Amino acid sequence: MITRNTPFSRRRLLQASGLAAGTSLLSACGGGSAGSADGVVTMGSYQSDDVPKKAFAEMMAGFTGSEVKINTIQHETFKEGINNYLQGNPDDTFTWFAGYRARYFADKGLVGDISDVWDKIDGMPDSMKVASTDSKDRQVFIPSTYYPWAVFYRPSLFRERGYTEPTTLDEWLTLSEQMKKDGITPIAFADKDGWEAMGTFDMLNLRVNGYDYHVSLMAGQEAWDGEQVKNVFKAWNQLLPFHQPDALGRTWQEASQGLIQNKSGVYVMGMFMQQQFAEADLADDLDFFVFPEVDSAIGAKVVEAPVDGFMMAAKPKDEKLAKELLAYLATPEAVGVTVKSDPSVIAANSKADQSSYNALQKKAVKVIEEAEAISQFLDRDSRPDFANTVVGPALQAFVKDPTQIDSILASVEEQKKSIFATN
Amino acid sequence: MSDDTAGHRRQRVHPARVVLHTFLIVISLAWLFPMAWALFNSFRDYGYTLQHGYLSFGGFTLDNYVDAWERGGFANSFWNSAVITVTAVVATLILSSCAAFVLARYSFRFNLGMLAVFVAANLLPPQSLLIPVYRMFRAVELPYWLSSSGSLLDSHLGVIIINVAFQTGFCTFVLSNYIKTLPKEIYESAMLDGASVWTQFAGLTVPLLRPPLAALATLQTAWIYNEFFWATVLMQSGDKFPVTSSLNNLKGSFFTDYNLLSAGSIIAALPVLAVFFILQKQFVAGLTLGATKG
Amino acid sequence: MSKITTRPRRDRSVLLSRTDRVVLGLMLGIPLIVVAGLVWGPALVTVALSLTSWDGIGGLSDIQWVGARNYVDLATIYPPFWPALWHNILWLLVLFLVFTPLGMLLAVFLDKELRATRFYQTALYLPVVLSAALVGFIWQLMYSRDQGLINALFGTSIDWYGDSTINLWAAMIANGWRHTGYIMLLYLSGLKGIDPSLREAAAIDGASQTKTYLQIIFPVMRPINIIVLTITFIEGLRAFDLAWIINRGRNGLELISTLVTTNVVGEASRIGFGSALATIMLLISSIFIVIQLRVVLKGER
Repeated sequence: MITRNTPFSRRRLLQASGLAAGTSLLSACGGGSAGSADGVVTMGSYQSDDVPKKAFAEMMAGFTGSEVKINTIQHETFKEGINNYLQGNPDDTFTWFAGYRARYFADKGLVGDISDVWDKIDGMPDSMKVASTDSKDRQVFIPSTYYPWAVFYRPSLFRERGYTEPTTLDEWLTLSEQMKKDGITPIAFADKDGWEAMGTFDMLNLRVNGYDYHVSLMAGQEAWDGEQVKNVFKAWNQLLPFHQPDALGRTWQEASQGLIQNKSGVYVMGMFMQQQFAEADLADDLDFFVFPEVDSAIGAKVVEAPVDGFMMAAKPKDEKLAKELLAYLATPEAVGVTVKSDPSVIAANSKADQSSYNALQKKAVKVIEEAEAISQFLDRDSRPDFANTVVGPALQAFVKDPTQIDSILASVEEQKKSIFATN
Repeated sequence: MSDDTAGHRRQRVHPARVVLHTFLIVISLAWLFPMAWALFNSFRDYGYTLQHGYLSFGGFTLDNYVDAWERGGFANSFWNSAVITVTAVVATLILSSCAAFVLARYSFRFNLGMLAVFVAANLLPPQSLLIPVYRMFRAVELPYWLSSSGSLLDSHLGVIIINVAFQTGFCTFVLSNYIKTLPKEIYESAMLDGASVWTQFAGLTVPLLRPPLAALATLQTAWIYNEFFWATVLMQSGDKFPVTSSLNNLKGSFFTDYNLLSAGSIIAALPVLAVFFILQKQFVAGLTLGATKG
Repeated sequence: MSKITTRPRRDRSVLLSRTDRVVLGLMLGIPLIVVAGLVWGPALVTVALSLTSWDGIGGLSDIQWVGARNYVDLATIYPPFWPALWHNILWLLVLFLVFTPLGMLLAVFLDKELRATRFYQTALYLPVVLSAALVGFIWQLMYSRDQGLINALFGTSIDWYGDSTINLWAAMIANGWRHTGYIMLLYLSGLKGIDPSLREAAAIDGASQTKTYLQIIFPVMRPINIIVLTITFIEGLRAFDLAWIINRGRNGLELISTLVTTNVVGEASRIGFGSALATIMLLISSIFIVIQLRVVLKGER
């Protein structure tokens, strides 16, 4: 389960609340009188952390159609309860993730068709539309922001030690060897919550076997105990000696701290890691390179970039208002509020104002524009009952004892057959 | 009683007493220490402890409490917890004293079976009941003045009911044992006066049940206040969650800020600690479990 | 506090008016409906669901009957199952052999009307009123690899909650911290209920304290001994909160209850499979429930 728990410094908190006060004043002047009678549209939000919560409220305040009543639920609780939430008494609209994870609920009839909203949207790239489309060719999702997974490091450390960004696995291994000699843990690593290692697995699989194979593996159509998957772990085994030990008890925040303290060299993570750097006032000293190439025939042109956004409940109380709200949320103006307050994401809408982007955000845009294909994330590209209960623990078992990989994969394959056999 | 025995043997037992007290003091301090440590660090600035390590002294501040209170949303969640806990505890005690009275005072053929149904229910693992309970709650429609969600799901009432169902067994067991220890004569004279069943219960038995009720009220307050499984799975609106989830809010963002979490923990623990200290005297006296009839 | 009275086995030939019968019916009936409807009914439904494959979404018509497949799967191809069962057994053994006896011993000591007994009692039962989230966190302050007190004091860098070979033990100690006070509390209240004359008689006979306890008090306490044991067993079996708080019951902390929750509650809902795990929990619980009931009911006769 990919978590975006987001610590912010007090300084940024002040910035954001100042921002919020400013615009809510504006919207009070502008939208107040035009508001339609007593209609209220509700929004279920997993943005439970302080700063994103304020930015979120500000974004909702920009909607002129009606008042938006936000129901904030703690991030993890929201995600875990999503099944029950959607079947129970969901809000008209709610925050969610693109890809299989969105499609799954569309196929189950738990979310509404918003294809007509998409007709009105301007500036959304085709890749975003694909990520928002269900198996019956309807759009069910509004993308808001996304962020790439990559290999992050501190440029100051690289300069000081004369390191260079590796582009192939061999170069990366050489670099790691050097870091080890210099007394630095070459690769920061954490897998306490079971999803962090999925990022490394995804990237390696995309580099070793390519995008098409990855998609088909995620859909349960390939054998987990086959040669291809074993090759992924062979490549991983080369890197593993350079990983930070005892990863299973460490959170990604703690692993990021290793980078901040120059104890670790690089870290394979989502760009949301930037928030840890911002907290430490080191936002300017963070850069990344794309996950290096393993097989030159496959290349390194696929990027993993999970998309976050919004969906509509199957039966919203006021469908017209809900769709108006979603249309608003797809606009460059709405997403502008988010990317300004959270520099660790970039706007899905390509017309969004990019002038406020920092160097990291600009680089992320460039990498994604150049990508041949974009994957989401293991637990967003596959069945949740498979990803979280089978693959997550299997990767933890591998990290714990890499020699057992054959029996681990055999077990994954057997469970996959059983799980994918049911509708 | 045992004071006397101790008095008689003071000379002889003295060294043993010293050993005993030493043992108890060591154990008590060991038991208190983790909480004291949390309390200590809750008053310290995170930056200070990060820089000097936790084995240091200084950096004292009250900011953690202010921050924790605001970020955890305690004002709101305390209210939710109070509504859930107070209602559930009162309802549990009413239902279980009724059931206990009937089971202890009257002998029906199915009496033992009934007691078994009550006692065993308390012992079932809650996780195993989730799906049916969830579907059932969703299907029950309620008027909006009772539940803003229109069903038992996502309502305080639902959480209250399930807590009552789970705790009634234990309370019935304790109370029925207590009622059995009450002298039978008082009921005989009441019956001679022609007192109805209800009078025997409400007028005669309940006043005598004060000690076990106080003890149970304390225990139940602690248990229901601390319960988090049902509250998390049955609630869907962020503003309806109880205190146990407030701590989660702090954890979400500031997992590594132990001092802030310590402050949140202390805040969360305060109400139930207060109840415990207030009712402490009644506690041991009331919870006899009635099981020592010899 | 409680008076020991000898009373006839049963009150018999009680004459009841019609109103009285209705009142009695309601007094027993309402609690019964609540308990049966919300605990026993769902328990049976869970057993039925364990024979199905269902994602918990949509109507009941989506449910597919798969017979015993869930049971076969969990015993054969579900890696965490056997470790979880073993962890439950360990959890139980540690409570049974360490913390329950410790709680009982402390209760016996504290029953002596010592000076400062209130202080001792308070110290020991403070943890009882804390929620699992608090217990888990308070011990995190001790255990944390990088910021914990234990590693700071001893200069070690052991990852107490993260290392899968020791985190179960770390969790059991944190759990024992709470459990000891709980047992102490129950047992002490039982001891307080003992007829003082028993002890006085023993003292007059010149019996030593240990002897008095072992030969006179312990046998008299038999019912409460068994209740304490049953509670220990049930706590061992139902162990959930702490493991869930620490790391959602993964990586060395798998317990049957956390597996049920992972499969049933999360975004991944495998209702049939989770129900099969839950049914296994129910079956094991029922063994101890039957033991407990036999004791309770024996006391009744």
